[in-house]
Amino acid sequence: MSEEHRDDTAARLGMWLFLFTEILLFGGLFVLYSVYESDYAEAFSAGSHHLNLVLGTINTAILLTGSFCVACSLSAVRYGKRRLAVGLLWGGVATGAIFLFNKYLEWSAEIGRGVYPGSPQLAHVERGEAIFYSLYYVTLGLHGLHVLIGSTVLATMAVWVQKGKVNPERFVALENGGLYWHLVDIVWIFIFPLYYLLL
Amino acid sequence: MSEHEQPIVSFRTNAVIWLLLLVLTATTVYVSRLPLGPFHIWAGIGIAVVKSSLVILIFMQLKYEQPLFKGLLLIALTILGIFISLTFFDTLYR
Repeated sequence: MSEEHRDDTAARLGMWLFLFTEILLFGGLFVLYSVYESDYAEAFSAGSHHLNLVLGTINTAILLTGSFCVACSLSAVRYGKRRLAVGLLWGGVATGAIFLFNKYLEWSAEIGRGVYPGSPQLAHVERGEAIFYSLYYVTLGLHGLHVLIGSTVLATMAVWVQKGKVNPERFVALENGGLYWHLVDIVWIFIFPLYYLLL
Repeated sequence: MSEHEQPIVSFRTNAVIWLLLLVLTATTVYVSRLPLGPFHIWAGIGIAVVKSSLVILIFMQLKYEQPLFKGLLLIALTILGIFISLTFFDTLYR
């Protein structure tokens, strides 16, 4: 190894600080959710009933599996099992792709029945339900964007592990990429009960 | 060089956490269909807190980080808590 300066702890700390800003970004949307939910509890329940619970549950399991793959890929890199690590990272990318494909199916169905921001149909439903769907599209859309970015990061990590740029001696990039992916998972862990499971 | 090396989390530990997360997901779906009235949203949030704690502690390895990381996360979550609760001081009493 060359005599370069390296501080992996500081690199991880920087990533955590960035994740805190992400928490506050999604936190703002959850604030809106909680205020409107307390104002329009029944309309929110009605909106929640129309969402696809099966796809929501499947997508939860898919993201959890993706997080598991990425956590294992870090262990695999450090054990020196490069091929396994690369496979696990592509597995993580696949979970992101399947998640987004399911989202495409789900949103196509919603839009197909006239539920989308600014749709004529939502102009006639109760105000609370229209707000529910607006928040649904903004929050899940922003989350979907994060899944897309996270998948890209994971694909980059897969290539870096393959090329040996990430290796058992230096793996902080993979640690940080993984941190981002896990945060995306955590946001979904909260989205799931709040949007899909209201009774 | 990094003075603080994280321990390697075994595949086995990761698998146990993954299974727990899936079981908790099934639990939260089941609980949401029970007639708990207004409490079921809190049950959902409670289970989500448990699930995200597992992800943060093991998958994100916060359990093995220095106290600084844990303290900063606590501060970030406290700020979020203040953000949400102060908003209700406004909206509930309008």
